[in-house]
Amino acid sequence: MERPQDYVLRTVEERGVRFIQLWFTDVLGTSKAFSITAAELENALEEGMSFDGSAIEGFSRIQESDMLAKPDPETFQILPWKEVDKPVARMFCDITRLDGTPFEGDPRYVLRRALQRAQDSGYSFFAAPEVEFFYFADNQPTGAPQTLDQGSYFDLEVSGKGGAIRKRTVLALEDMGIPVEYNQHEDSPSQHEIDLRHTDALTMADTLMTMRLVVKEFANEAGVHATFMPKPLSGVQGSGMHTHFSLYRGETNAFYDANDPNGLSTVAKQFIAGILRHAREMSAVTNQWVNSYKRLVVGYEAPIYVAWARNNGSAIVNVPHAKSAESTRIEYRAPDPATNPYLAFAAILSAGLDGIEQGYEISAETTENLYDFTTQDLLAKGITTLPGSLATAIDEIENSKLMSEVLGEHVFEWFIRNKRAEWRAYEAEVSQFEINRYLPRL
Amino acid sequence: MAQVVVFAESVPTEVVDALSSVGVNWKAAASLETSDRLAPEAGWTAAIVIGPDFESAIEYCRAMRERDRQTPLLLVVPTEKAASLEVMRDVYDDFVISPMRAYEFEARVKQMMWRATGGSRPELVEYGTLVLNLATYQAAVADRPLDMTYMEYELLKHFATNPGRTFSREELLRQVWGYEYYGGARTVDVHVRRLRAKLGEEHAQLIQTVRSVGYIFGRPRWHSSDES
Repeated sequence: MERPQDYVLRTVEERGVRFIQLWFTDVLGTSKAFSITAAELENALEEGMSFDGSAIEGFSRIQESDMLAKPDPETFQILPWKEVDKPVARMFCDITRLDGTPFEGDPRYVLRRALQRAQDSGYSFFAAPEVEFFYFADNQPTGAPQTLDQGSYFDLEVSGKGGAIRKRTVLALEDMGIPVEYNQHEDSPSQHEIDLRHTDALTMADTLMTMRLVVKEFANEAGVHATFMPKPLSGVQGSGMHTHFSLYRGETNAFYDANDPNGLSTVAKQFIAGILRHAREMSAVTNQWVNSYKRLVVGYEAPIYVAWARNNGSAIVNVPHAKSAESTRIEYRAPDPATNPYLAFAAILSAGLDGIEQGYEISAETTENLYDFTTQDLLAKGITTLPGSLATAIDEIENSKLMSEVLGEHVFEWFIRNKRAEWRAYEAEVSQFEINRYLPRL
Repeated sequence: MAQVVVFAESVPTEVVDALSSVGVNWKAAASLETSDRLAPEAGWTAAIVIGPDFESAIEYCRAMRERDRQTPLLLVVPTEKAASLEVMRDVYDDFVISPMRAYEFEARVKQMMWRATGGSRPELVEYGTLVLNLATYQAAVADRPLDMTYMEYELLKHFATNPGRTFSREELLRQVWGYEYYGGARTVDVHVRRLRAKLGEEHAQLIQTVRSVGYIFGRPRWHSSDES
């Protein structure tokens, strides 16, 4: 028996863990889990647990619906919010076919494949997301969302209840070994932000799945509803997931070059150029819902322009001021917190690597506030915008060779089919906007 | 029963004398193949590495590390090569300069045997209020059990069994992870941060950052073998 597996078995025994949750993620980024007892654990670690994949979004294949969930013993963690005397633990799983070959529909596998490609070129890829979300009063949300407060950015303690829940959440995350860099009240009422310290992208994708669950768990406990919906309220800012990325070669930050005035290496510039070139194509992944595009509108500090800048919120790529070689990084501002982080990180990494491999030239840095520009001005500068709707985003990804490679045929096809259906359902709906606007007038 | 391998073309008499006076059960091997062939089922308890020459001695150490990171390696190094050891600290556990003084060599062998047969690998490792039970993989600080992932545990164990020793990130990556991880050397930082978070504010400083070098657990030893 391998040591990590032995570690898990001994810990379960020593700590009296009764149930172990096996976690995995469907193609849309929803956490899926089933529980096993301590007695089943050894078998699960050795052989995996079989389950019916046809009920999981994006896994469905009629002819071979039985799959295996293989727990990754290195992700074993006792859940700190469960009762201390009856500890519950969880492990993330890799999904395989019954013969043990990796299942292409597993988002974790999609990211593993992309990371392997980076590793083959000598790179390791790090991510540090800033996750925004809202707390609403009704924990069974059906009607219009009710905010908990009228607080705003960095407000001290006006946030009251929301702030207290966030604090408990952050403590639980820290208990799980997920260090939080900042946590604060955001611009909009009832909006909060938790910034996670960087880790390698696979760990971070796992961490985001954990974090979304912990945020919801603690909100639910307090009788409120937490949501990562990108734009739950009209007229105020939506929730983004600005994410800082860096590439390392061993101990060296591949994005840093002391001789460049901005401290950016050629690799960093090519990586940015790759992201900019593929930003529209990967939009359906980084911003996958109809509602995602309600956030990406002019104003509200949303990044919509396919351009890069230093300390400028309107461009999709921002290069933050770095205090040292170690902290040199780029920030991609397009993703929202309702993305599937495995697929999003795989797409972003692959777009950047494509820039490095093809030696793309970076465009000129944007120094003006792009919100002030007219469409003509932007066209003259050669600056495009992210897709304006999910429909446009689907058209873009459908024609993307890179995205079909990154996601793999299975996920690519299923994803586009699913998103087209989502869009058609939305189109057929008569919205509140139309009722308010047209019913009295027409 | 403890079994030590002496990697050398011919074992010098002072080594033979020292080993018999400490009472070590040993076998000589002039090549890695012989060493592997003669190895007892549970593996060598420790290795004394002399080699036909310095280069093959280092090569042997590396090969032993690949087989089992735990086997203590005592390297015998000619005076003129001592300077080159600085950059390869992770391939050996201790070293003696040759020509050697018999009493020093004896002392180092004793220390190595003590470590190999339980000194550095007892069931319980204690450092202040931190306790690790190596048999059950459990750790507690001030009686509070720590819920760690496997790699966090392995890293803490590595630190706690080598207090006062400075490790570079690359060393830790090699010794604790092996090479296969996506994260590269930065992963070490990530895990140290997680460990500190789990140890809690009061104990987080058990693992200290050594600027532009790496990490050290606990206080530097009053008498460090690295200095001799």
